[in-house]
Amino acid sequence: MVLQTLPAAVVVIGLILYTLLAGADFGAGLWQLSAGGGERGRRIRDHAHHANAPVWEANHVWLILVITVLWTAYPTVFGAVFSTLAIPIFLAALGIILRGMSYALQNAANARQRRYIDVSFAAASIMTPYMLGSVIGAIASGHVPPGNAQGAEVASWTNATSIVAGFLAVCTGAFLAAVFLAADAERVRDRGLVESFRWRALLSGAVAGALALGALFVVRSDERMLFDGLTSGWGLVPVVVSGVAGLVAMGLVFVRRFTAARLAAALAVAAVIIGWAVAQRPYLLPTTVTIEDAAASDTTLIALIVSLAVGAVVLFPSLVLLFRLTLAGRFDPTTQGPPPVPGAPPTRERRKHAAQTSIGFLISGFVLLTIAEPELAHIFGLIFLGIAMIAGFRAVGPIELGARPTPEVAGRSLRSLLRRPR
Amino acid sequence: MTEMLAQDYLLEARQMQALSFVVHIPLVCFGIAFPALVLFVEWRYLRTGDELYRTLARRWSKVLVALFAAGVVTGTILSFELGLLWPNFTATFGEVFGLGFAIEGFSFFLEAIFIGIYVYGWDRLSPRAHFLSGLPIAVAGVVGSFMVIAVNGWMNHPQHFTFENGQVVQANAAKALFANSFFWHEFVHMYIAGFIVTGFVVAAAYAVYALRGRWGRYERTAFAVPMTVAAVAAPIQLLVGDWAAREVAKEQPVKLAAMEGLGQTTKGAALHLFGWYQNGDVIWGLGIPKLLSLLAFHDINSTVQGLDTVPLEDQPPVNVVRYSFQSMVYAGSIMALVAVLFLYLRWRKGRLPASPWFYRAVVLCGPLSVIALLSGWITTEVGRQPWVVYGFMRTEEAVTGASGIPVGYGVLAAVYLGLVIAVVWVLVRLARVPLAEPPEDDVDTVHPLTHAE
Repeated sequence: MVLQTLPAAVVVIGLILYTLLAGADFGAGLWQLSAGGGERGRRIRDHAHHANAPVWEANHVWLILVITVLWTAYPTVFGAVFSTLAIPIFLAALGIILRGMSYALQNAANARQRRYIDVSFAAASIMTPYMLGSVIGAIASGHVPPGNAQGAEVASWTNATSIVAGFLAVCTGAFLAAVFLAADAERVRDRGLVESFRWRALLSGAVAGALALGALFVVRSDERMLFDGLTSGWGLVPVVVSGVAGLVAMGLVFVRRFTAARLAAALAVAAVIIGWAVAQRPYLLPTTVTIEDAAASDTTLIALIVSLAVGAVVLFPSLVLLFRLTLAGRFDPTTQGPPPVPGAPPTRERRKHAAQTSIGFLISGFVLLTIAEPELAHIFGLIFLGIAMIAGFRAVGPIELGARPTPEVAGRSLRSLLRRPR
Repeated sequence: MTEMLAQDYLLEARQMQALSFVVHIPLVCFGIAFPALVLFVEWRYLRTGDELYRTLARRWSKVLVALFAAGVVTGTILSFELGLLWPNFTATFGEVFGLGFAIEGFSFFLEAIFIGIYVYGWDRLSPRAHFLSGLPIAVAGVVGSFMVIAVNGWMNHPQHFTFENGQVVQANAAKALFANSFFWHEFVHMYIAGFIVTGFVVAAAYAVYALRGRWGRYERTAFAVPMTVAAVAAPIQLLVGDWAAREVAKEQPVKLAAMEGLGQTTKGAALHLFGWYQNGDVIWGLGIPKLLSLLAFHDINSTVQGLDTVPLEDQPPVNVVRYSFQSMVYAGSIMALVAVLFLYLRWRKGRLPASPWFYRAVVLCGPLSVIALLSGWITTEVGRQPWVVYGFMRTEEAVTGASGIPVGYGVLAAVYLGLVIAVVWVLVRLARVPLAEPPEDDVDTVHPLTHAE
């Protein structure tokens, strides 16, 4: 049972991190759209972009992790969700493309072009979290039956619970973004920006809180089972935690303690997701498929959990490094470059015998891979060919080759070449 | 009813998947090989202290991040599509192959993290720490592609699971993916292809500079490094490709028969160049007697299995497979020729070639390398048809029952067209930034705040 539940826990953790990090990115996109024109608006947009840039890619990979774990551990659930909810998921995917594209473009665009890019950026920033939120809503409210596209194609994600969940996803993202960006603005000591994002945080926090409360009422009339899960037993704990943390976060923002507010806001949002997960347990697709029904075979689960654990050992220190560098302001604008590297005299690349080595390994690799039959010979053949490539690269010595003066290439058009007497 | 719908949209779903791969796979090549190139140049900077190498590595790293951003989104779409288009495939076999993608997700993650550190850390980290922060990018790029190809190898040669009544009852995911002997050729072939594509595409960009008369030390170095990579890899790719074809002959004889257009099982089979496959024969082709038998089994009189060994409905579309295979081989051979020419000139003259013809050929090799890459993947993927999991599940059984695939396909095609245009536009813009500017312009576009104050 623990074995079957662990991947689900990983999925929930992945979703929480995706909501906190990528959700905040999406929220920043929303603030970019609503920043208005002029110098002030431009600074808000710049700040939102700059704060996100180094961590942007990493934040969005959480979704891939969630998806891959889901289809490895609970393949049938994955198939059911992705076929019934194909439309909102496709729209979310479109938003992801648009956002990634505009992100890549922003690095190269000038101010006028960036205005247009920002619009598509922000549109995608609303669409993607809304659609993903409505997917969660559809699953939670039991609109996804098992099987290939057995649920309603449209009605499954346009019911009240889905819609509320979609809006909630957008608003929490905006709230998180405003709190995070206010903290970032404080770090770069920009008072004007701090105030702008402080007000945005208070406003969006109030809206998100109201929506979360409203969602409870919607769920009560729409999906009684989910409501009972949220308001009794263990389900009640995260709901209360979320409410309290949300209020604390607002209070901290109000008194300008942004670093602490960041944590409280994150906790408030995380608790919403935990609440949903606890409320619908043990079901993955409420009232039809439980975790145990859907879980893959034990060997697969063990292999998955082992690789997740190994991956986490590598991943988390790296993530900590990235966020420490970012939050400590190591990527903040500076005009000061790095210390120069002590100049060594340009050495000749040691290329003696590289050519002979390369040709020797090429020939023996050819014999072993192409002519010899046994599997083992092929392995060595490949290794030899690999060595031949590296030695060949060395023998050519591209750095030295580029440094040598070479006659101009151009100026000899096709015509002049034909005219030249050979 | 669902079955009927599924049949209707099978072709669109397949094309949509193919389109997504066509956009993603060239970006994968840059993920495999480009970090190594950038790091090599930066390493030369660390060794010599010559600012030129730092400038070059830094400018390339901006290209790297733009291509990576496009790779992230197209890769995300692919993982979505495994559910959106083929829910039955993932629902049935997810527990067998999913592990590969989970690990791939991790390496993707590391790549994303360290690309952030690397690209935004140029001015902030010590040169040594900066160089070290680039190493995980190169490693993760290789690990990630290894995982995806392991999954593909399993789809082509499924093993290590028990299948009863359309259900996987017992599976060993780790063995299925990594104890499979049938993916190494795909991996090695693709890995070298990554270097060839990256090498030739980057070299082609600087060959354009050469032809336009901008040929300073900076451009020459920027040309020589990728060109050398491509030049040592392209000839060896012929040997590896030949080995890969022999592996296919052994394990997937029907695919080989489709690649070669061999209708009947033949002793001492001939190899046909060009031509058209019709009713079990290649017509208008240039046949070389016994060559296929020799290449496939090292014996001119060996028997090569033909398409007739399986019923017609189990045969892949022969002409598509055959022509993509041939395109790959021709394109690969042309590139190997250019590569050998480069190596020969390097040996004889001791400097970069001076003839504009050589640089024109390199410019041609840029797109040619992408064509070879894509047609290679078409060969192996269409050659697997009509199976999605070879011998176990047909593609038509895997497809989604959801309607609206044609609409999704159209929208995705439009968006990807936009994506390709956008990426090209970014690259052109990055190329136009004057050389002296990089450190300042970096602050200007990425961190505009400083200039606002």
